[in-house]
Amino acid sequence: MSALSDRPTLEFQGISGGYGGSEIIHDISIRVGAGEIVTLIGPNGAGKSSVMNATFGQLQINGGRILLKGEEITGIAPEQAVRRGISYVPQVSNVFPNLTVQENLEIGAWIRRDDFRPRMEEMFALFPPLSERRRIPAGALSGGQRQMAAMAKALMVDPEILLLDEPTAGLSPRFRGEIFAVVRKVNARGIPILMVEQNARQALGIADRGYVLVDGHCRMEGSGKDLLANPEVGAMFLGRRADEETSPAPNPGSEAPAVDGSTTQSMRP
Amino acid sequence: MDSLYGIFLYAIYLLTMGGIYAVLVMGLNIQWGFTGLFNAGIAGFFAVGAYTSAIISTASSGRHLGGLSLPLWASLPGAMIASALIAWAVAWICIRLRSDYLAIATLGIAEILRLVLKNEDWATNGARGISRIPKPFEDLPEPWNQIAMLLLVLAILLVLYLLLERARRAPWGRVMTAIRENEAAARAAGKNVEGFRIEAFVLGGALMGLGGALMAHHVKFIDPNMAEPLSTTFIVWVMLIIGGSGNNKGALFGAFLVWTLWSTSEIVTTRLPAEWELKSAYLRFFLVGLALQIILQRYPAGILKEHRPIGK
Amino acid sequence: MNELIGFVNFHLIPGIVLGSIYALGAIGLTLTFGILRFANFAHGETMTLGAFVALVVIDLTNWHVLATLPFAMLLTVLTVLVMDRLFFRPLRTGPTVILLIASFGLMLMMRSAIQIIWGVDLETLSKGLAIPWVLFESLRIFPKHLLIVGAALLLMLGVHGLLRHTPIGKAMRAMSDSPELARMTGIDTERVVMATWITGAVLAAAAGVLLAYDTHLDSRMGFRVLLPIFAAALLGGLGRPYGAMAGGLVIGVAEELSTYSWIGDGPLVSPGYKSGVAFAIMIALLIWRPSGLFRGRVF
Ligand SMILES: Nc1ncnc2c1ncn2[C@@H]1O[C@H](COP(=O)(O)OP(=O)(O)O)[C@@H](O)[C@H]1O
Ligand SMILES: [Mg+2]
Repeated sequence: MSALSDRPTLEFQGISGGYGGSEIIHDISIRVGAGEIVTLIGPNGAGKSSVMNATFGQLQINGGRILLKGEEITGIAPEQAVRRGISYVPQVSNVFPNLTVQENLEIGAWIRRDDFRPRMEEMFALFPPLSERRRIPAGALSGGQRQMAAMAKALMVDPEILLLDEPTAGLSPRFRGEIFAVVRKVNARGIPILMVEQNARQALGIADRGYVLVDGHCRMEGSGKDLLANPEVGAMFLGRRADEETSPAPNPGSEAPAVDGSTTQSMRP
Repeated sequence: MDSLYGIFLYAIYLLTMGGIYAVLVMGLNIQWGFTGLFNAGIAGFFAVGAYTSAIISTASSGRHLGGLSLPLWASLPGAMIASALIAWAVAWICIRLRSDYLAIATLGIAEILRLVLKNEDWATNGARGISRIPKPFEDLPEPWNQIAMLLLVLAILLVLYLLLERARRAPWGRVMTAIRENEAAARAAGKNVEGFRIEAFVLGGALMGLGGALMAHHVKFIDPNMAEPLSTTFIVWVMLIIGGSGNNKGALFGAFLVWTLWSTSEIVTTRLPAEWELKSAYLRFFLVGLALQIILQRYPAGILKEHRPIGK
Repeated sequence: MNELIGFVNFHLIPGIVLGSIYALGAIGLTLTFGILRFANFAHGETMTLGAFVALVVIDLTNWHVLATLPFAMLLTVLTVLVMDRLFFRPLRTGPTVILLIASFGLMLMMRSAIQIIWGVDLETLSKGLAIPWVLFESLRIFPKHLLIVGAALLLMLGVHGLLRHTPIGKAMRAMSDSPELARMTGIDTERVVMATWITGAVLAAAAGVLLAYDTHLDSRMGFRVLLPIFAAALLGGLGRPYGAMAGGLVIGVAEELSTYSWIGDGPLVSPGYKSGVAFAIMIALLIWRPSGLFRGRVF
């Protein structure tokens, strides 16, 4: 591969920021390489959504840089971010509830200059449940279908990268599986994905790499497999089943690959 | 000598009217400045106060409700209670909704009150209004009656100012500020946000009623056009915003400043030819609106900024 | 039978006419509320402006009232766009209640300007006596009532087409749903805001002209209908254009029916309180169902 494509699609270099007064995330360095699925896990309130918001100018950034394919986009306005090729599916209110599914997709294609109809049919093929419901207001969809609509809307442009904030929150296991399958399908088209997830096990299962966020600090990073096997991660996020995966009880802190706040920019194995 | 005396009397008139407006502005300051509650119907609360005190204090006339001939110590509190009751009803309905609803409802209540005052002849003498409202100290000789009235208004203003300054620094005022700055946090701290808001709205309404009562006693005559929303409501808003909302000194300052400008500009416009005199009256209103816009954009904090009671 | 004809002639038909005028006004109000997030107190004065422009055109040309509509709309749109640029846009990033105060100030400025230019006297758009068509020997229909309702219906159809079938209309609905998501989708919000003002001003100008055509015009007409159109927008659910159409019709009909002798011989509500009907409906709504019949925004 050429040196150019080694450049990560999205890169955070020591980003700190917050809303108004208090700082929420501290010195966050993450990157999403070409074609990767990267997941961000961590307890509620850790600042995962805030990390996503930082790319869309929704967070006040106090330090660090954000690069998209090597170009700095720190503090860019939301309407510019999407024009640069970042598509974002926020955690809540990610569809227009009073617009039909089809209208949501049309609006999703707002910045396209060309004919978006082929793309729309592609999306309906990718999400068959939406195809039958194109004339229904998005607000009337079930939770799972709503997430699909939100993803389809975000994919109406040809994004350089897709950001998903907890796409499976509140879904039944069946729908969860469906969403994860779609995430892989989208990724198989070559679109890199940065995904925040509560269902750490499944997310790490499909992710190339993952980061663990605690209290606004990046505590660990590694490949999806490594993090899944990591006893501390197991204890923190994978619930009681942690001891099923690793027999010795984890010694908190000692095995963390990164010390509080500072992360090691380890190369991908 | 004569003209000097005239100027002296005019100054007393300016200060008395400015003082009455200052009472209204302090009422709005409690609602908007301290608590962030919009009120587009100041004229309505003002009119209720004016009519209530007129009905309580006038002698029997047969043309309207009343004939109680009660003195000031009954008519002023009566006016405050009547306005407070209406404020309470409006607040109770609208306080949990977003500010636009309160704005629309207060505009509506002022309009309805105007209709009632105009249509309920038996109580209000309809469009002809109520005259011969007793004025305090009117039996004193010429300048002294005016001076005494001014002193009464200023004394009331001073008491109000001291009370409000105390309330602002007291826990009550601090909770108000907290609610306005961060409602969610105040709620999380277990404060009854709705309760506090209703209290503020009612208190502000009572002061507007008091202002109305003072005006009725001062000019001795009232009619339903007093509730004309443009003149009263706007001027009070402009006074508060220019003076600096959230600041009681600012409220006082804004009231006297705007009233002086408003009233003295009338001296100029009445000298114009008749055709222009009428137009210039509208021009003055236009300029008041324009002043409001300029202040909103350029000096959003007003001339005297708010001083927070707690370090924050 | 006579009773029924009287009811239809003097209450129902005027109610429908007034209701379709209110509907036009309420749509503009509800659109600006949905997209700019504030109750625009200057909307009534915008209607007044439209009516006076029509008066000027009629004085100059002696055209039919409906032919003046394009001019009234054009001038009103231009005025509203200038007002947005001068008074609303600088405040757009702050709290929306400041926009509310600004619109309150603008209401005063517009009315004063209209009074300076055109005075305060009562004027009419169509001179001469109107002769009704008589159907079934007793049902009286004024041609101008048909024209007013027809024009209002056409405009409402236009709004429907705009919101459902044009990209900018869909973007307006999207922004009304969620301004944040609209920005994240790349919608240039200033363009949507502009489209909203234009739509609102076109409808307000039409409402003003039609109201003046139905009755008369004076500098206070906009303020008089402000409360009914607020009530109509509330009834339909703030931010909901279709709700506003229904709400306008309900308020207009309710106002006219309120003076019918439902109980006994006299009118149910004395004519002096006719404008209180809208307020009463509004208060009932705020108490029992503040989101309106069609679920608008409360917070
Ligand atoms: N818009 C906001 N304004 C102020 N604080 C916020 C905002 N959004 C989130 N926060 C705060 O930031 C912290 C992190 O939130 P968030 O990034 O949503 O965490 P997560 O997505 O990991 O659950 C929380 O304490 C939350 O209260
Ligand atoms: Mg989150």
